[in-house]
Amino acid sequence: MTPALSVEGIGKAFNKYARETQRLLAWFGIASSSVERKWVLQDINFALRPGEAVGLIGLNGAGKSTLLKIITGTLHPTTGKVNINGRVSAILELGMGFHPDLTGRQNVYHVAGLMGFTQKQIDGFIDDVHAFSEIGDYFEHPVRVYSSGMQARLAFAVATAQRPEILIVDEALSVGDAYFQHKSFDRIRQFTREGTTLLLVSHDKQAIQSICNRAILLSHGTVAMEGEPDAVMDYYNALLAAHQDQQIINNPERSGALLSGTGSASFSRFELSDENGESIEVVDVGQKLTLRVDARIRTQLPDLVLGFLIKDRYGQDVFGTNTRHLDQVCYDIEADSDLSWSFTFPVNLGPGTYSITVALHGHAGHIESNYAWQERAVLFEVINRSHSEFIGVSWLGAQLESRRNHD
Amino acid sequence: MSKSLHELWQARHFIKNSIRNEFVTRVVRSRLGLLWIVLFPLAQVVIYAFVLSMVMAAKLPGLNSAYAYPIYLTAGILAWTLFQEIVTRCLNVFIEHGNLLKKMVFPRMALPAIVCGSALLNNLVLLVSVLLIFALLGHTPDIHLLWLPVLTVLLMALALGLGLALGLLNVFFRDIGQVVTIVLQFGFWLTPVVYNVSVVPEQYRYWLHFNPMTGLVQGYQSILVYGSAPDFSLLVYPAVFAVVALLVAAFLYNRAIDEVVDVL
Repeated sequence: MTPALSVEGIGKAFNKYARETQRLLAWFGIASSSVERKWVLQDINFALRPGEAVGLIGLNGAGKSTLLKIITGTLHPTTGKVNINGRVSAILELGMGFHPDLTGRQNVYHVAGLMGFTQKQIDGFIDDVHAFSEIGDYFEHPVRVYSSGMQARLAFAVATAQRPEILIVDEALSVGDAYFQHKSFDRIRQFTREGTTLLLVSHDKQAIQSICNRAILLSHGTVAMEGEPDAVMDYYNALLAAHQDQQIINNPERSGALLSGTGSASFSRFELSDENGESIEVVDVGQKLTLRVDARIRTQLPDLVLGFLIKDRYGQDVFGTNTRHLDQVCYDIEADSDLSWSFTFPVNLGPGTYSITVALHGHAGHIESNYAWQERAVLFEVINRSHSEFIGVSWLGAQLESRRNHD
Repeated sequence: MSKSLHELWQARHFIKNSIRNEFVTRVVRSRLGLLWIVLFPLAQVVIYAFVLSMVMAAKLPGLNSAYAYPIYLTAGILAWTLFQEIVTRCLNVFIEHGNLLKKMVFPRMALPAIVCGSALLNNLVLLVSVLLIFALLGHTPDIHLLWLPVLTVLLMALALGLGLALGLLNVFFRDIGQVVTIVLQFGFWLTPVVYNVSVVPEQYRYWLHFNPMTGLVQGYQSILVYGSAPDFSLLVYPAVFAVVALLVAAFLYNRAIDEVVDVL
């Protein structure tokens, strides 16, 4: 069977010239020696069978968007070629080409025209678009008065007005309310059932696993792995962990995360490790974890308490304690001394990502004497490898005993 | 090239709709709407007429109407606004639509086509109002008005060729956008819009004709002011210039468009 979409030896290099005039000369065939070629994609090969749904994942900067643009046809590959059988519809960004002053209806004509539909075709599906977008009377109002959710609905409705043979979706679908997200995913699912080949980029594990029957992992511009979505997702998580580890080394200040305090004390190291003392970032439910915090005390302090607080990805407090609650307050610390603490606890948490905030403060509390406070000092992800499936933020290890009585 | 033209033909409804949308949205949100298209160039006419009529009126050969100078000015400004609008908008057309170019597949030549169509539509509105005003002033152009479309097409070809070539280069050399704005200002004064070629000293007159707009503007003036056919010998140079500019633009487009999307 001929593939619906195949990518053969795709490579993309962005040329960087020392001077733009050299670029100009290059167009006239005068090559210059000082071209710096930056390869963002190299030797990408894969093929999608008709009706297949494939997820494309990768860290930021792995080249996903560039690859999608090349497949869609807006970017020209430096090497290799893309073969496409059928009509492609690409949703790389919702709301492209919308004009704020035009009404919803006019915008549908405008954007669908941009997508290459004829007037007649648009006449044929405009009512469906209106119905699917569920924006009611707003359809006749200018788009500038729409809420962003309404704009996203309309944009998605236009982009998927007709079932394409090949649908390419970038992370555009994370907009809008939950209801509409479901509705749009249902439509995509229905398309794939009817035979549309899907290429989906997402960071959302759930989305990839529920829709796709195959996943491709892109890393540093090459295909790092290809296979079952579950296996690829696991590998991706491991890669994510390694990536974060590096960032800790590169960037101990954790740019963007709040660091406050009087400066009497400063953190020198945060580390999460497993039972063997190996540093980790991806943790199994129930696994024992050790949080180690090293700090340097700069001025003499009468008393010192270290506290930590685990927050989930919505910033909700999950668990927190400190050395005062655990009866190990340090007293009379001399200037220029180094201290270190290790908390060990089982990660009885539900799957998801969590952050740990760490603070050094006086005995009385962190409001009066806050020596150092680091938001998001460490991040870790909990995955469920060894337990039966459960939902929620905590693992309570429920036991089940079932009885059946009959006379 | 023929592929591009074919794509353009496919996209004709889209282009038509876009031109209409641009026109409508421009008209719809401001109270005076349509009037603004006309008011801006006419304000220019009024200013120059007011400032320069004393100096110039006596020196317009072959005309003795009281409104001769404003009419002369209007003819030149009609041509110049069209030229300027196309060039300045083409200059930024790729930069403005950078996101669209990167994220959607559509016939890219539709963008300059929309610019031209939109500018032409504005110019037609201006032309109609100008003819009405001329009629009020007792100056009605004659049958030679039929030559005007020929000049307009030539002028648009020239503006499109220059604008497109500069617009492509502007993506890589952003200074071009600034430079062109200044050059256009000089260009306006190096074109006989507010003055007549005859007032320019003999030894410089020759240089004036290196400006491709000179012949075109003189053509507009022949038709609208003097009611005669344009001097075709003056149009040879602008026509050649336009063809060369279009060829250069086409060459640059073929070579550069992929890289344009890369760097945007």
